[in-house]
Amino acid sequence: MATIYIDNEPYTVEPNGRNLLEVCLSLGLDLPYFCWHPALKSVGACRQCAVILFRDENDTRGRLTMACMTAARDGMRLSLTDPRAVAFRASIIEWLMVNHPHDCPVCDEGGECHLQDMTVMTGHVRRDYRFDKRTHRNQNLGPLVNHEMNRCIACYRCVRYYRDYAGGRDLQALGWHDHVYFGRMEDGTLESPFSGNLVEVCPTGVFTDKTLGRHYTRKWDLQTAPSLCVHCGVGCNTMPGERYGLLRRVQNRFHHEINGYFLCDRGRYGYEFVNDAARPRVAADPDTVRGWLSEGRVAGAGSPRASLEANAALRALVGAENFYAGVAPAEHALVALMRALLEVHPTPPPSLREVEEADAVLLLGEDPTHTTPRLALALRQAALRPPMAAAGATLKIPPFDDAALREAVQDATAPFFIATPQATALDGVAMQALRLAPDDVARLGYAIAAGEGEIAAALRNAQRPLVVAGFGSGSPAVAQAAAAAARALGARLCFTLPACNSLGLALFDAPGVADMPRDVKTLILLETDLFRLLPDAEARLRKVKHVVVLDCLATPTVAAAHAVLPTATFAEADGTLVNYEGRAQRHFRVFPATGDVREAWQWLDALRGVTRTFDEVTAALAALPAFAGVEGAAPRAEFRLLGQPVPRQPHRTSGRTAVTANVDVHEPTTPPDPDSPLAFSMEGYQGHPPAPLTPRFWAPGWNSQQALNKFQQEVGGPLVGRPTGVHLLPVNTGAVPAGTPPPPFQPRADAVLFLPAHHIFGSEPLSARAPGIAALTPAPALAVGAALYARLGGGPVEVRVGDAVLTLPLREDPALPVGTAVLPVGLCAEALPAWGTLTGGPRDA
Amino acid sequence: MLSILHTIWNVFTHAFHRRVTVRYPEEKRPLPPRWRGRIVLTRDPDGAERCVACQLCSVVCPVGCIALQTTQDETGRRYPAFFRINFSRCIFCGFCEEACPTCAIQLTPDYEMAEYTRPALVYEKEDLLIDGTGKYHDYNYYRVAGLAIGGKDKGEAEHEQPPVDVRGLLP
Amino acid sequence: MLELLRQALIIIGVLAVPFLIASGLTWGERRLLALFQDRYGPNRVGPGGVLQVAADMFKILMKEDWTPPFADRPVFVLAPAIIIIATLSSFAVLTFAPGIAVADLNIGLLFFLAMSSMAVYSVVLAGWASNNKYALLGSLRAVGQMLSYEVFMGLSLMGVVIQAGSFSLGTITRAQQHLWFCVPQVVGFVVFTIAGLAETRRIPFDLPEAESELVAGYHTEYSGLKFAMFFLGEYVGITLIAALVTALFLGGWWGPVLPPLVWFLLKTLVVIAFFILVRAALPRLRFDQLMEFGWKLMLPLSLLNLLVTGAVVLWQEGLRF
Ligand code: SF4
Ligand code: SF4
Ligand code: SF4
Ligand code: SF4
Ligand code: FES
Repeated sequence: MATIYIDNEPYTVEPNGRNLLEVCLSLGLDLPYFCWHPALKSVGACRQCAVILFRDENDTRGRLTMACMTAARDGMRLSLTDPRAVAFRASIIEWLMVNHPHDCPVCDEGGECHLQDMTVMTGHVRRDYRFDKRTHRNQNLGPLVNHEMNRCIACYRCVRYYRDYAGGRDLQALGWHDHVYFGRMEDGTLESPFSGNLVEVCPTGVFTDKTLGRHYTRKWDLQTAPSLCVHCGVGCNTMPGERYGLLRRVQNRFHHEINGYFLCDRGRYGYEFVNDAARPRVAADPDTVRGWLSEGRVAGAGSPRASLEANAALRALVGAENFYAGVAPAEHALVALMRALLEVHPTPPPSLREVEEADAVLLLGEDPTHTTPRLALALRQAALRPPMAAAGATLKIPPFDDAALREAVQDATAPFFIATPQATALDGVAMQALRLAPDDVARLGYAIAAGEGEIAAALRNAQRPLVVAGFGSGSPAVAQAAAAAARALGARLCFTLPACNSLGLALFDAPGVADMPRDVKTLILLETDLFRLLPDAEARLRKVKHVVVLDCLATPTVAAAHAVLPTATFAEADGTLVNYEGRAQRHFRVFPATGDVREAWQWLDALRGVTRTFDEVTAALAALPAFAGVEGAAPRAEFRLLGQPVPRQPHRTSGRTAVTANVDVHEPTTPPDPDSPLAFSMEGYQGHPPAPLTPRFWAPGWNSQQALNKFQQEVGGPLVGRPTGVHLLPVNTGAVPAGTPPPPFQPRADAVLFLPAHHIFGSEPLSARAPGIAALTPAPALAVGAALYARLGGGPVEVRVGDAVLTLPLREDPALPVGTAVLPVGLCAEALPAWGTLTGGPRDA
Repeated sequence: MLSILHTIWNVFTHAFHRRVTVRYPEEKRPLPPRWRGRIVLTRDPDGAERCVACQLCSVVCPVGCIALQTTQDETGRRYPAFFRINFSRCIFCGFCEEACPTCAIQLTPDYEMAEYTRPALVYEKEDLLIDGTGKYHDYNYYRVAGLAIGGKDKGEAEHEQPPVDVRGLLP
Repeated sequence: MLELLRQALIIIGVLAVPFLIASGLTWGERRLLALFQDRYGPNRVGPGGVLQVAADMFKILMKEDWTPPFADRPVFVLAPAIIIIATLSSFAVLTFAPGIAVADLNIGLLFFLAMSSMAVYSVVLAGWASNNKYALLGSLRAVGQMLSYEVFMGLSLMGVVIQAGSFSLGTITRAQQHLWFCVPQVVGFVVFTIAGLAETRRIPFDLPEAESELVAGYHTEYSGLKFAMFFLGEYVGITLIAALVTALFLGGWWGPVLPPLVWFLLKTLVVIAFFILVRAALPRLRFDQLMEFGWKLMLPLSLLNLLVTGAVVLWQEGLRF
């Protein structure tokens, strides 16, 4: 505890190596800033956070200093309101604005612009500059991020985030003096899969969301609700925004333990599948479907991309013994294994914050950048932070002095070891990156568990070691080896998971859909695309008399169904999802579904002939032992603040008497929401709601995302109020299932081992339908080693694996282990890795 | 007491004064150009739509009677895809005109817009857009904005230097 | 038989004419106010705008007749009826011209005073039954005001009674054949006119409905037909007071050339016009001013008037015997 005097007022603060800017903001004081970012820390480039610092109480003159570069210490005296500091800050803004264009009306940042906020905060309300402004040409940075360089104030946040934090290489500061240019060497799509965060990192409108720009709506008109990303198993918190029935964008919703300040591009830009014109929207007659239910055996397949409530409603409809998990057999077994391994592990799975704090990492068989991308960004921090912490301690550099610390460590990284078949995006920060076939990766894991080799030695010295594996390798042996290694090292164990509710579905302990009996008369498929899961899907469906599909995507299964009940997407539904840690979190409806579309659990309840509220569905779910306590994920629907619900619309929402006036000149009533404490309205509680219900970050004078500072207990800390989510997974429950190292991998002359390749863009079925993501999805190609590539001459090849036959172009990956090839997932329903054959294509022939 | 009687008398004498009422439909008063009546969307001096669909008018409107959707042409010029004013709600406060950064939305001295049904008071862009510049003759927002649009490249707006050559070595 | 028919005609006339005048006033008052304020007033519907009366009537009858769910329903419905009945029945004791009266009671004036006290009930009950704070405040004010002003209203009339020696309105009017009572009873005339304004809750004594403070006072919650009854009740009240002033002080039907009934009507209308002029000219009093004015000025004045009249009459009687 320390006492700091700000403008002669004593404040008790916890310095903790924080700077004065962080202290001031944590105290709720307004101090303008640009180059400091709570995750990127300080460089002192913009000079906007100037304060007057006094030596002691007798010092009346003080000196001007940058708050973000000064560590907070006990007894410090500073002034934010000293006229000299105020004038200095105003002059800084004035100079920043000299070249700033007259763009606000056509700038997508307008209305949520940190530069606007800071300009107003410093009181610079009139431009006196009468001379010519410098201009820049823009670059086309691909389908996701828009570039408008004129608006740059040269705070350097973008390159610091992109290069230093996210490890991108193609965005840089070019040119010099007031010509400095933030862009690429030439036009082209930004390579980093985390480029979307530039939109939120850049305090101006240089980098904006290109998908939002195509259907632009200002922040003050977006109806938002607390939501979750549904595009992988990490469970990042998001804030999707809607207007006129169209989902307009997704923004990051800070969660201290999970996504922090950043999302990946799949999560940020995958939302457009909600607006897909091809979505099923016409419902079959539910009474007819109800009639089918009594015609004989009924079975249902739940889905890892449907909420717990939807799955529970299906289970209640068909009965527990007829409830199956709509997951491919291999994946089903693997997820069940990983769940079992996590439950017996002595420590719970680490949150992403704990991943970032790890000081040694072993990554087995997994390329998280393409499976659970946000985890990869966290792992990168785990690789870079320990040397910076060490340098800070020896050189006495405060922890917020980012530039100095990075200068001090240069390219040093933590003990970070990767063993995968293919190159990963994290190889650059690894001490060692080994290219091994999955069985060899597993053998390495067991060897480390046995304490053999230098990797084991390096990991054993760590305080907070971490072992990461997952579904990406498709190999149960790797998962078991990872668990063995983690147990031996006393490390945290982290498994990646494919879908937003994979673990949630696994907790139902249902058999996989492949085990479904063949005498089923009526099959109810909940958000399950059988063609993606089972090679014999078509034959199976033909045998079923009535196929009922509930889905929000136009899948081949929907096309083959006898009855389709269109379901709501995550943005139109309430639901609870369980992420890779076993954390159950709630997402809320952003806007009500229109037409025939209903929430899946509502359809299923209707088929069962019951009417329940969402809370009743959750309560019934909580009665199952595996889900005890799940209703604590968010407040119940009756929850009120000062008797009021939480409004989904900002208090400035415009056009309420005109939006529907062309249809009916009488204003519509707001749709009721019996399922949550939120309202589809601008009326309601205007203060800060508890974290699980926070629909947006806004505070008076803080219109940008950076209003987040006002919602945190302290800068960078958790949100105020109760934490979001509850943990469902038990820990340390018993004996370790025995695992033995597989025999070493032997290449075969007559066959090739096809390994699965996931890609951040395209491998996940929901986001694959978003135009921005689809534009970046690489054309399917088979990756082979150098020798094979030379032999096949680069031409298209015919791949036979299981019953599937595919013709694919070739791509060379020289580091691939001999005897393996890498096949993109989703092209066929065969389980990978699998042995198959490869024959030269037409050009070879 | 007397003053009360005086007042009554005074008021009584007004019975023989000239009446000040203007008998409206027969007689019309000339209105100043800044009268706040029917709203129009104007064009810039080059004849192009002035509105850039910034949504400032709609957010400032105290009764929320303006709704629009932003869109842009292939050159990046922004304009409203639709623009709707529900005049049955408008209170003719003029805030929208004050907020408009492009002088696009303007109130005119036309107040004769009574209708027998409310839906007839819902005006779409076709009903609002006029062919002239309205009260402000010279302003062309895109001439001062930094955004490049069709016919105006970077560096061609007022008070702009030509675009920086990032690869240039000259100071 | 003929006598009966005559009586029936008179009764119908006495019921209809005040109503006609009252409804005509809804337009006439606005035209007159406009005249005093250099405006035109309603001049669009029909010649000079007279059909405005019909238009307004039609409009008010078409309006939803809403009884608020929180109101005390029976009382709420009863209240507007009371005011109409009380004021209309006072017309019964008036003699409009020789032989034209419903019932020239020998206690006619007392009957009128009794009925005007009844009208207070209407206002009180309306305010109470509405269950609305503004309505209640309005009716509280009404009680205070009307009870206070009734005291010297009655007293101011005693001079006339003494002079005429009768409570019968016919007798009183007949006593004015040579000299209207407004001359010897000038104080009574002024006091009664003022009290009459207060009784009908007209500006400057419209505190019970002061729309700038109390929305609409005791009839805030009323709409449609029930509101129309209050509205008309007020105008009937004005007509009544004007007719009484005519009968008591302005010589009733006495006048040259024209038939007596026309004279009565004319005088009544002039008094009404004067009431409207007062409305056009004066602002509303404050409640304490109102009370002070009533108790400290009007009451002593009317007592004094009674004393002097009594003394003078006694003196004259003494002279005679
Ligand atoms: S970056 Fe901000 S200040 Fe600059 S034009 Fe855009 S909205 Fe306006
Ligand atoms: S582009 Fe944005 S983040 Fe980058 S330096 Fe310019 S203003 Fe800062
Ligand atoms: S004049 Fe006022 S009420 Fe009418 S549209 Fe403009 S801002 Fe809205
Ligand atoms: S404020 Fe002006 S430019 Fe902006 S949307 Fe309204 S009319 Fe268009
Ligand atoms: S925030 Fe402190 S110098 Fe930029």
